[in-house]
Amino acid sequence: MYSDKVMDHFTNPRNVGEIADADGVGEVGNARCGDIMKLWIKVDNDVITDVKFKTFGCGAAIATSSIITEMAIGKTVAEAETITNQQVAEELHGLPAVKMHCSNLAAEALGAAIQDYRAKLASNSAS
Amino acid sequence: MSKIYMDHAATTPMRQEVLDAMLPYFGTEFGNASSVYGWGRRAHQALDEARDTVAELLGAAANEIIFTSGGSEGANMAIKGIAWAYQTKGKHIVTSAIEHHAVLDSVLSLKKHGFDVTVLPVDEEGLVSPATVEEALRPDTILVSIMHANNEVGTIQPIREIGAIVREHGAFFHTDAVQTAGVLDLNVGDLNVDLLSLSAHKLYGPKGVGALYCRKGVRLEPLIHGGAQERRRRAGTENVAGIVGLAKALELARQEQGAENERLTTLRDRLIQGLQKIPATKVNGSLVHRLPNNVNVCFQYIEGESMLLNLDLKGIAASSGSACTSGSLDPSHVLLAMGLTHEIAHGSLRLTLGRSTTETEIDYVLQEIPVIVERLRQMSPLYQG
Ligand SMILES: Cc1ncc(COP(=O)(O)O)c(C=O)c1O
Ligand code: FES
Repeated sequence: MYSDKVMDHFTNPRNVGEIADADGVGEVGNARCGDIMKLWIKVDNDVITDVKFKTFGCGAAIATSSIITEMAIGKTVAEAETITNQQVAEELHGLPAVKMHCSNLAAEALGAAIQDYRAKLASNSAS
Repeated sequence: MSKIYMDHAATTPMRQEVLDAMLPYFGTEFGNASSVYGWGRRAHQALDEARDTVAELLGAAANEIIFTSGGSEGANMAIKGIAWAYQTKGKHIVTSAIEHHAVLDSVLSLKKHGFDVTVLPVDEEGLVSPATVEEALRPDTILVSIMHANNEVGTIQPIREIGAIVREHGAFFHTDAVQTAGVLDLNVGDLNVDLLSLSAHKLYGPKGVGALYCRKGVRLEPLIHGGAQERRRRAGTENVAGIVGLAKALELARQEQGAENERLTTLRDRLIQGLQKIPATKVNGSLVHRLPNNVNVCFQYIEGESMLLNLDLKGIAASSGSACTSGSLDPSHVLLAMGLTHEIAHGSLRLTLGRSTTETEIDYVLQEIPVIVERLRQMSPLYQG
């Protein structure tokens, strides 16, 4: 039921792990089936230089987590913020209809990490 | 290692002997059992013989056996058939929270038609207590439906005790014996049941055929109207080959069940003990009142579908009660009814053994699973390992 690309990212997920000195961390839960994804970003000069993730979820959740790290690295924060779940699914050559909600998880986690980065930036410049 | 099938609770491969018994009825003996000429008479005779076999194995009379299209139809026929036939006597039905959806949804569908339903809780091992059944019975209770053994966690229910209580009260009692047919002794007298449903494909027979035992004198409103087949309780030209296959499969299972249960129990316990060595692992269901072929565990911090995909890559076929595998995005209603949290139920894995299972297979599975669990845990934000 999964594309070869999904299975590739599921069996060899890219960028699994944590970033100890991350510039932003996002954690989101999927209200629909109870899965959790946590994502760390490293930002240098407004460009995302590193992303790591940990995911508790199905094959699609792991594959979308993996691919979004690849999609985000090298993009500016503003560019990365526009990544949609639709784009994540397309990048994986499609997801089964019942699994589309899993791709929201990845896009939301990235969004949450960027928000956290911006909040930290704001509080740093304020102090 | 070649492919390993450990999902026998989902379905089983058909036995060669069963196929051989069925084949003539797809070919030369293709007759309609209702026809008067030779082809019809021979088909009719095959049905009679199959009915005698099934009846004898259940300790029933031949005219108490209705052939169906499987376990789902049997449950629907028993529950709706009783409800429509006895609704003037009462409109209360009792069942349990861990039934297969064929039973649960049949019962719940009657709510729309003014029936009152009590869904009994189970304990943490998935057992229905006879005392809770007794408490639930009311003057207007017409039917109680409790499964013989659960398909997910393998818990075997005290059907005989529950049956005695229900009978004493004057209601009818149905048991879904889909997981126990061919495994445990099914004597309808000993079990105190009025109705019992079973399905051929779980006991190395063909898919799409089963039987419902309905005690003499118990009326059933038919689900399927039409011809006079099955003593007017189930219309439609009989699936002769399938019915012959069902009888053959049951007969073979009965001959072998004693030795096979012993063999499977040993393998099951070896698997359970091996899996228990993995940290943060919980065995689901009763260790005492348990089907000989069922293993069901939860691995904390990981999700079931990703485990199944990894097992599949290693050639192992299994199943899970995780929300992510259900299609409905809710975890198994059985595990939730046993008091497991959503998060724990997420990491459930069911391995069900069968005739093909060997000790070598068990040991291979025990070698692969810890690696997969550890790999997924390293990826999990919930795990601090
Ligand atoms: C306990 C139980 N009841 C009923 C059924 C339904 O049987 P069938 O697939 O023959 O309709 C199954 C199997 O799916 C089952 O495990
Ligand atoms: S994360 Fe649960 S279905 Fe994908």
